[in-house]
Amino acid sequence: MRRADICVVQIAECFRNDADILCNPIGISPIIGGRLAKATFANEVVMTDAVSVLAANIIPLGDSNAERVIESYVPYRTIFDIVWSGRRHVMMGATQIDQFGNQNIAAIGGYEKPKAQLLGLRGAPGNLINHRTSYWVPKHSKRSFVANVDVVSGPGYDKMKTLGAPGNRFHDVYRVVSNLGVFDFSTPDSRMRLVSMHPGVEIEQILENTDFELEVPEKLLESRLPTESEIEIIQLIDPKGVRYSEVDDE
Amino acid sequence: MPNKVLTEEEVVSEIQDGMTIGVGGWGSRRKPMSLIRAIIRAGLKDLTIVSYGGPEIGLLAATGQLRRAVYGFVSLDSIPLEPHFRIARQTGSIIATEFDEGAFYLGLLAASHRVPFYPTRAGLGSDMLKMNPELKVITSPYSDSDGQYEQLVAIPAFDIDVSLIHMNRADKGGNGQFLGPDLFFDDLFAMAARKTFMSCESIIDTEDFLSHGSVHTLKIPRIFVDGVVEAPHGAHFTECPPDYGRDENFQKFYASTAKNEELWEQFKSRFLDLESHSEYLKSLESFRESQ
Repeated sequence: MRRADICVVQIAECFRNDADILCNPIGISPIIGGRLAKATFANEVVMTDAVSVLAANIIPLGDSNAERVIESYVPYRTIFDIVWSGRRHVMMGATQIDQFGNQNIAAIGGYEKPKAQLLGLRGAPGNLINHRTSYWVPKHSKRSFVANVDVVSGPGYDKMKTLGAPGNRFHDVYRVVSNLGVFDFSTPDSRMRLVSMHPGVEIEQILENTDFELEVPEKLLESRLPTESEIEIIQLIDPKGVRYSEVDDE
Repeated sequence: MPNKVLTEEEVVSEIQDGMTIGVGGWGSRRKPMSLIRAIIRAGLKDLTIVSYGGPEIGLLAATGQLRRAVYGFVSLDSIPLEPHFRIARQTGSIIATEFDEGAFYLGLLAASHRVPFYPTRAGLGSDMLKMNPELKVITSPYSDSDGQYEQLVAIPAFDIDVSLIHMNRADKGGNGQFLGPDLFFDDLFAMAARKTFMSCESIIDTEDFLSHGSVHTLKIPRIFVDGVVEAPHGAHFTECPPDYGRDENFQKFYASTAKNEELWEQFKSRFLDLESHSEYLKSLESFRESQ
């Protein structure tokens, strides 16, 4: 069993119990995982074709000629309307993420004159404060799981505590999936907590690669293995195995 | 119906140094590139670009004509971060005013509707407010059911002198038609600016619009358009479906010039230091033959 397939299934698990919302994963493994969820245990969500329509069928990754069963029209303006309506669960990447779930995809070394300009704020500020958000980090290290993010694109739980009610009422950072494990924010003070480790990963490996104090439960759980039928569906969504280029097996 | 047909040069003569220019499209999609190249030819300077940014921001930063960029992102889509924009940010050569993508929409909408701002939750708790200290947080005048008054970010109306957009079809009067999958925010750019100029793949007779697309594609009424320019392949190298897709080869070449001064000079002399859009198309043809 390859690590990338385990990650895709754990990404899909983030969308379990979602229905009648826009499941909007961004990035290679998130798109595969989101489409897997829709093909299996979350078939009432809607998903875009990555251009401008909601496709009822499952489309292979990056196949712009794939046949689409179009169920609705969602140009970018409508996507923003959906964000503000709250009927969306996004999964974004995070170049940096901290213990309260603050995310940085904007810049390394501050935003005034960055050492490295990254993507920018993109839609993160609006996403986080309007609806459920999960994160995917394909390379879990002290450079990605950091003590402090350089720029806050998507605000975490500490920022939302400061903001207070009613402004923070739709904020919901649900899960972080990395190549090593799955995490949530279910401590009393909403700090990052280990949910499960992927098979083959030791707890030391996670702790050594995390630059903050991670909440670790007494009983360590293992992420589940994909079922045979899940592997078949993943293969249909990503026949070229692009996911393996994103996730190392170690 | 008035005749609003202009040349690229006539459009550029309406733009002055220091102006704020709104640019339609999205990333590397349906950008009014022939008009951007005309601005480069004319050597206008100290410009501010307001856009869902693509190569117009990278190009004008690279030619030194851009003072400030106001954007929701700057991307070439298949290349996630605009490479010339990256250099401009990392060397500090431009002033950057960055908005959440959705908040940017509200700046356009407020300008279109002639109100000073629209409120949103987007930005609260993130560094968007630190990056833009001029942004104000306001308190709702209405209480919610718990008697609480919500704090919201007031996104100010963009102050745009001239907007430039590119459509698939238009008529001489300045009605525009988009035939691709997404209008993006081009109708708002047209409404938000003091003047709007629209290039198009071809100018057709008004009575022929509905043979090209349904009424739903007629989203740019001429009351918001001051001039129309016929520019076949005017969005090159960005995509303009269904007329043509993105020229990925050309875009890769453009991207490679960000890290190589010599390549940039080559690119500039071959594709920017030209007399007209028709010269550009000829130069493009020889580029394609050499590939």
